Amino acid sequence: MNPLTQPIGLSHYLVVGAILFVCGIACMAAKRNALGVLMGIELVLNGANLNFIAFGSPLLRGEANQTIGLDGQLIALTVIVLAAAEAAVALAIALVYYRTHATIDVDRGEELKG
Amino acid sequence: MDINILLPRLLAAAWLLPLASFAGIVFFGPRLGKGGKGSGYVATGAILLAFVLSATALVLWLSHSPLPLGEGQGVRADLPVTGPHPNPLPMGEGTKAISGDWYALGALGDLKITIGYYIDALTLAMFVMVSLVASCIHIYSFGYMHEELHEVTDPLVTLKNGETLRRRGRFHRFFQYFSLFCFSMLGLVLAGNVAMVFVFWELVGICSYLLIGFYHERRSASNAGNKAFIVNRVGDFGMIVGLMVLWTGLGTFSFSEIFNQVRPAENQHQLQVPEGLVRYAARAEIAGIVRQAPDLETAEKQIAEQVPLWREKGFGYGWLVLAGLGIFCGCVGKSAQFPLHVWLPDAMEGPTPVSALIHAATMVAAGVYLAGRFFPVFTPEVLLVIAYVGCITLFLAATMALVATDIKRVLAYSTVSQLGYMMFALGLGGWIAGLFHLFTHACFKALLFLCSGSVIHACGTNEMPQMGGLLKKMPYTAWTMLVGCLAIAGAGVPFILGGIGLSGFYSKDCIIAMGMVHKEANPLHGWLFYVAVIGAGMTSFYMFRLWFMTFSGKPRDAHVHEHAHESPRSMVVPLVILAFLSVVAAWNLPSTRWGLEPLLRQAYPAGAETGNAAGAIWKTVAIPAESASHDHAVHGQATLYALGMALAGFLVALAYYGLRLLDPERLRRTFAPLYWVFINKWGFDRLYGWLFVRGSLVAAWATAAVDRYVIDGLADNSARAVALCARLDDWFDRRVVDRLIDRLAGFTYAAGLRLRRLQTGNVRQYVMLLAVGTVVLFMLMSFYVRSVFK
Repeated sequence: MNPLTQPIGLSHYLVVGAILFVCGIACMAAKRNALGVLMGIELVLNGANLNFIAFGSPLLRGEANQTIGLDGQLIALTVIVLAAAEAAVALAIALVYYRTHATIDVDRGEELKG
Repeated sequence: MDINILLPRLLAAAWLLPLASFAGIVFFGPRLGKGGKGSGYVATGAILLAFVLSATALVLWLSHSPLPLGEGQGVRADLPVTGPHPNPLPMGEGTKAISGDWYALGALGDLKITIGYYIDALTLAMFVMVSLVASCIHIYSFGYMHEELHEVTDPLVTLKNGETLRRRGRFHRFFQYFSLFCFSMLGLVLAGNVAMVFVFWELVGICSYLLIGFYHERRSASNAGNKAFIVNRVGDFGMIVGLMVLWTGLGTFSFSEIFNQVRPAENQHQLQVPEGLVRYAARAEIAGIVRQAPDLETAEKQIAEQVPLWREKGFGYGWLVLAGLGIFCGCVGKSAQFPLHVWLPDAMEGPTPVSALIHAATMVAAGVYLAGRFFPVFTPEVLLVIAYVGCITLFLAATMALVATDIKRVLAYSTVSQLGYMMFALGLGGWIAGLFHLFTHACFKALLFLCSGSVIHACGTNEMPQMGGLLKKMPYTAWTMLVGCLAIAGAGVPFILGGIGLSGFYSKDCIIAMGMVHKEANPLHGWLFYVAVIGAGMTSFYMFRLWFMTFSGKPRDAHVHEHAHESPRSMVVPLVILAFLSVVAAWNLPSTRWGLEPLLRQAYPAGAETGNAAGAIWKTVAIPAESASHDHAVHGQATLYALGMALAGFLVALAYYGLRLLDPERLRRTFAPLYWVFINKWGFDRLYGWLFVRGSLVAAWATAAVDRYVIDGLADNSARAVALCARLDDWFDRRVVDRLIDRLAGFTYAAGLRLRRLQTGNVRQYVMLLAVGTVVLFMLMSFYVRSVFK
């Protein structure tokens, strides 16, 4: 069964979400720039959001007559809000980090090692 | 402000000031001034202020309830006299008292212990007298105790290594005790209930103990302190018995309630056995009635009907007598009456101001005061016992004073004798006479003691045979002491202006007159009167013997005489003040009838003015009314007796010691056995030593031995066992428990060291580990937990 020939369904969303997620993880692991790491986080969160929305959609689940199907979107909204808050905090940390280290290279920050 | 509120407050302030001074000296005494001199100022200031407050209270009282100013109401015959019975005494009608409670200490069932007050004219007079005499003696002590300001060498104490004792001065401690004493004494006088009296009674006792033992390094002083304390306990035991009887019968400790029950107003204040005691004595009959009655109400009604009948039959009378005897027993101890008089002469080991304040003027008078306070409760039988005890005391002590050579001991015996006079007068029914003598005696005996202190201060010895010829050297002391001697002997001029004399003249006359009235009422006990009259002669003799031996003639010891000097001003001024008081204490204010005696009359117990009815047990005893002794004829005769005996005593002393016409040595040889008895104090000390002290010493020795060998051994062995256990436990702790814990801690530490390497601090590594870890976790789960994916 070739997914490219199939109509757009749940699995397509999941695939896109997974790609986004893996990209995010790779970005977080590879980037030494703190802002790059933050971007990776955003990607991870968006990948997760995509999964929520996909799973929450009644159209895709084929259960349109049972719920109005907004729960996945609500969670996604919550995640976005949380991501915004987290970004604000993370940027603040980055600023302070810059002030103390004169760089935003995360590999330089080793003060918290055990 | 209302006098009922104002007076208690004034007196409470006067009462608590010395306490504040005491507390201040306790905490800051040695730091107040050089050598603690400031503590003397604090204590003196407090008592002076207390005196001002008491005097204010007295003036307020007088302005509120003035003394009777009517015609012929003076007790003395020096007032205009008309008619055969000129003195219809308004006694007793003024027995108003302010009483109440400040604070309830606690209630145990029916027993309520409170701090209260009972204020009448007697209380106020005592307050003024105590604070005034105490003020004088405080000032005097500045001079007398000045040696204590710096380091003291006590020549009377030899240490084990043969040196004499050197110690720090105790100036502040002296005044600290004095303040505590003043507080206790004023509290005793102010007390509104017997329980409170008892507390302060013990407090003055402890002050006396502390001050007798002021030079406690001297063995004699510490022994004397113990003796005073222990002998007083004997009396207090009786007092507790009396209190228990009173409380059982009356259910209250409050003075006003006791008086109301014993002498109810509806019975014209006549003595009657209170219902509680009647019921207590008739409890067997009450039980019978309750058993037969159908219900409790009828039983109660029947009992209430029966109570007067039982009272007629004498139920409970014995208990009332016991209560009176018990209270009097306490007074015997405190006032050094026969047979508990032995402690007072020994108490002279204390510093002389202490002897003056505590063992002459105030504390020993507290017994007389309490006997006077409880006068309404005493039945004729008790009063007779009091009269006998007082009479024996006054005679015994006077005989001992005749032969003593220690100047302070003569005064101590004289104090015992005069206290005997007071008790004697109270016992005869002479309430005013007894208490009147208390006040005049306080003035002149304090004066005499202070004079003797001044002499001792100058001579460095107590022994009169080493003195003599001091008149020129110390004129102030000599002349003031002469005033004191005249006052105690009762010198006066009779029949001119109705008789004028020093304070002792009036009070002793009252006692002798009361004796005459009593003799007429009870011929069987008439000899009491003659003993008292002879005692008056002896008083005069030993006092003038003392004065002549000390001040007149040629110096017997040249060294002592050279050394002698007049005392500093701080000691002389109180002497002059007290001498003035000794002269005028008994006088009424000119052109008024304001004075001590009318004031006392105001406090005269209601119902006693008609005399006590015959006793129920000894039916022949009749206590005469005191007003009878104020009859002009009786009083004139009594004056003659007293003055004649005093004059005789004076002449004998003059012949033997003043002019040396006769040789006292020959007299001593002629009456050798008598002299032997007197000088050995009638053998009381030996008797008590043999009867009680030796036994207690043996018992103490035995208990000490048990303590040392049995109890100490037990304690030592158990301590040893405990130590062994502890050692075992210690070993176990170190070897087992500690090592276990150490191993565990070491292991944890090592694990921590290994694990810390994981924390590299590299964020990207963490992310990788996280991702890889998650993937690995899912793979593992897919292998092992297949059900999740199915």
